[in-house]
Amino acid sequence: MTAVAVTVTVLLAVAGGLTLMRIIRGPSILDRAVATDVLLAIIVAAIATEAAYSRDATALPVLVVLAVLGFVGSVSVARFAARRNTK
Amino acid sequence: MKPDQMTPAEPTDPPRRPLSRAALRRNRIIAVTGLVAVWILLWGTFTWANVIGGLVVATVLLAVFPLPPVTFAGRIHPLPMLRFWLRFLRDLVVASVQIAWMALRPGHTPRSAIIAVRLRVNTDLNLTLTAEALSLVPGSLILEADRSTGTLFVHVIGVNSRDEVERFRRGVLELEARIIAAIGSSDEQRRVREVAHPPPPADLEGVPT
Amino acid sequence: MSLDAVLDIAAAVFLVAGALLSLAAGVALLRFPDLLTRMHAAAKPQVLGLLLVLIGCALRLRTGVDITTLVLVGIFQLATAPVAAHMVGRAAYPHDDIRTDLLVTDELAAHLDRIAGARDDEVRA
Repeated sequence: MTAVAVTVTVLLAVAGGLTLMRIIRGPSILDRAVATDVLLAIIVAAIATEAAYSRDATALPVLVVLAVLGFVGSVSVARFAARRNTK
Repeated sequence: MKPDQMTPAEPTDPPRRPLSRAALRRNRIIAVTGLVAVWILLWGTFTWANVIGGLVVATVLLAVFPLPPVTFAGRIHPLPMLRFWLRFLRDLVVASVQIAWMALRPGHTPRSAIIAVRLRVNTDLNLTLTAEALSLVPGSLILEADRSTGTLFVHVIGVNSRDEVERFRRGVLELEARIIAAIGSSDEQRRVREVAHPPPPADLEGVPT
Repeated sequence: MSLDAVLDIAAAVFLVAGALLSLAAGVALLRFPDLLTRMHAAAKPQVLGLLLVLIGCALRLRTGVDITTLVLVGIFQLATAPVAAHMVGRAAYPHDDIRTDLLVTDELAAHLDRIAGARDDEVRA
């Protein structure tokens, strides 16, 4: 299981790095919102993998919160961007 | 004031018939059941204390935030429902692998299209479910939905020709047919069968259904 | 081979597959040409990738309380992801974030033009 955990960690870390580059490069705020959503999904995957690796369910409630929070975040950014665009 | 571009469909909303008392009661029962189920899942154990607590929370929630009325005329057909879910899972896996391959393939810029699909059954529920199922599958994304004509505007990636546009349009209509087969009333199912080849959506103005 | 070992192997396969989808999404986010195509890339780890990881996690944990939590995470994600995607896509649509030269057809533009035209007529009447 350790080899699996290392593999998954490396894959997720690279994915997170690429996503961070998109967040930095933009160009628009919506690009960043989408990339942040992906980063959040990667973080959820990382926490779930950790829970699976150590057989420890302490972090699982965090996942529930994250699954809802990401939605609120990108919806509010989208509303903000839409209002600015239509002015 | 400039017209609000966010909600172009709003002024043309068709009048929806008010629901009967029985339909209202059924909607409320479904909503309470769903909320109690979520509450029990949150606590993780099925005890009577959880069920009663969930009922209290659900009742308060529905009293404070009432749900918009949903017309649901059909009933759940188990076998077509199973077929819908299996096909949905297959689509999900196939599309995910396709998009992953598209991303990793060197020297290729994917082309896309924005396609209007006019659904045959124009109810809010059908429009919502079809849009959700389409959005969840990678490769298709709902940009806009027009309630008055029951039209979905879908952004699709990896489309290179008009032929593929038409093929995708047929795919969406097949998805709608699967959803209607799973939860539609016999009236809606007849409509889907009769209009096997719906008019091309060039006439988006079209006659009201 | 014991049942435990089989479940562990299945969990490992699911976890790695989910991570691979996340990686592909990262690559796609960087390489795809405009916002809407990138959103397709984003849908991948959010839906299938997450489901795979959650299944893998459930196969490892194997207790009722934890599995209900994981099911709830899956339900929330599946219910909310399309709404968020629609909001972002709609906010992006009529603006500069989209490479129109890569579109085969754009049937929404015609629709919006027609609505705008109808509205102008109303104003004039």
